[in-house]
Amino acid sequence: MAQGEGMTKGRTRMGAAAITFSNASIAFRLADGGSYPAVDPTSLSIADGEFVAVVGPTGCGKSTLLNIAAGLFPPSSGAVSIYETPLAGLNRLAGYLFQAEALFPWKTALENVAIGLDVMGVPQAQAHDRAQAWLTRVGLGAFGGRYPHMLSGGQRKRIGLAQVLIRDPKILLMDEPFGPLDAQTRQIMGNLLLDLWSTDRKAVMFVTHDLEEAIALSDRVVIMSAGPSARIIGDWRVGLARPRDISEVKLDPAFHALHREIWQTLKTEVLKGYEQSGGG
Amino acid sequence: MMDRARLVTLQIIVAIVAIALWHLLTTVPVGEKPLLPPFFFSTPYDVAERIIKWFSTGTIWRHLWITLVESVLAFVVGSVGGVLVGFWFARQPLIAAVFDPYVKMANALPRIVLAPIFTLWFGLGIASKVALGVTLVFFIVFFNVYQGVKEVSPTVLANARMLGMSEQQLMRHVYWPSALSWMFSSLHTSVGFAVVGAVVGEYLGSAAGLGYLILQAEGTFDIAGVFAGMFVLAAFVLVIDYLVTLVERRLLVWRPVTAETRT
Ligand SMILES: Nc1ncnc2c1ncn2[C@@H]1O[C@H](COP(=O)(O)OP(=O)(O)O)[C@@H](O)[C@H]1O
Ligand SMILES: [Mg+2]
Repeated sequence: MAQGEGMTKGRTRMGAAAITFSNASIAFRLADGGSYPAVDPTSLSIADGEFVAVVGPTGCGKSTLLNIAAGLFPPSSGAVSIYETPLAGLNRLAGYLFQAEALFPWKTALENVAIGLDVMGVPQAQAHDRAQAWLTRVGLGAFGGRYPHMLSGGQRKRIGLAQVLIRDPKILLMDEPFGPLDAQTRQIMGNLLLDLWSTDRKAVMFVTHDLEEAIALSDRVVIMSAGPSARIIGDWRVGLARPRDISEVKLDPAFHALHREIWQTLKTEVLKGYEQSGGG
Repeated sequence: MMDRARLVTLQIIVAIVAIALWHLLTTVPVGEKPLLPPFFFSTPYDVAERIIKWFSTGTIWRHLWITLVESVLAFVVGSVGGVLVGFWFARQPLIAAVFDPYVKMANALPRIVLAPIFTLWFGLGIASKVALGVTLVFFIVFFNVYQGVKEVSPTVLANARMLGMSEQQLMRHVYWPSALSWMFSSLHTSVGFAVVGAVVGEYLGSAAGLGYLILQAEGTFDIAGVFAGMFVLAAFVLVIDYLVTLVERRLLVWRPVTAETRT
């Protein structure tokens, strides 16, 4: 592929690769005995401290890639390594913000955030103090006593973010975390995420179907083709300066230039992808 | 949505109209006789008199107490059994698969045919009624707990695992609350069945309890007694149902209101 810098190992000063997919493919066994090739052998490397957005049409296998990075199930072929160690079983270094509702409905917001410390054996009083601090950081300090159903979608996503970050994972996996939110809330959440991320720069694999969001947030944008047999069809570095403000960065001419460039290739590649799948 | 005061007023009006109709049909002669002969339908006045007599002389308390004890025991034993077995089956698919036809068979059996057997096994006292109630409560709780464990959202489960929960912690923080919430959502049904088991058991052979009271009255064609017994039983069930509602509100605060499908 001509465009971008290709699938490099990321910035060298960042050190080791946090997540490496080596020819990882996924095929699902179907109930009728057949097999659905969701993702073709894919190689992708996300450096330590790097914020990578993965963009692709719905159903191309973005969640599936995250799931194998999380170790929830293994790839059908190929391998996943975490900090150069082959992943077997759950990825203990990763925090995962799911696409679907994942809070415990029977726990209050505070308990939901504290649970990650609870299960580590942190004494409850201390866990609750730290959870309260996290609630405040995500702007929900006064909502600790509420149950998930008493919160709005955006508030639930913030609780989810606090729930994951309180454990201080080295890797953050995020699956369309702002998908169901309105444009305004997405922007607020995006800024909140960048703000939290800038304090300790975790490796982030951020899945979205929104190209603008991807460019505004990330260091690198990876584009996937439509499934079946989805694959990576592009990899761009985003050179926009940090710290960024989502609404401001979208006014930057460099943002528009990059958006146009990615979109051009995305269009032709997607069309090519359709032809290929139509022919074979 | 109607406000509460209006709703209660309307409910009371329905009761008054029903009782007035009953009174008119059983006391006002049409031609030479009332439409409903009081011998078969009694009258509101006689029934009220009987109920007041039961309470003023205090004879009713013993029967109420017996029925209450039987219901509570049936509920507790049936629930504990249902929770344990439901949990066990849900976590051991092989066991669940092996026992599946037998569970279905046992549940399809009309419990009333068991009553005489229980009387033979456990005698005429409390135990045989509790046993009958247990066979009813157990299956409701069992199916709900089983479902509750099985139907935990896969995303919530994956989240729990990613948050570092061990098998044991999954039990405590995920499966158990989910199972209990399903069990509590069927609380009205299972408590109701505990009372049904107790009263039916008494009705089929006993020496005390509301079912016994009604049976005695029927045996002597004392229709006022039968109706009085039914009203006391209805009031008893209403009070218990109200208590269950209170408990449920406390235990299921985390549930969205729309999830309350039962009344
Ligand atoms: N358990 C499964 N069994 C069969 N097919 C699946 C399963 N999970 C996902 N798929 C299919 O794999 C493809 C990728 O799914 P997913 O990763 O959820 O897509 P995305 O997150 O990009 O929208 C979809 O076509 C989906 O239908
Ligand atoms: Mg998805």
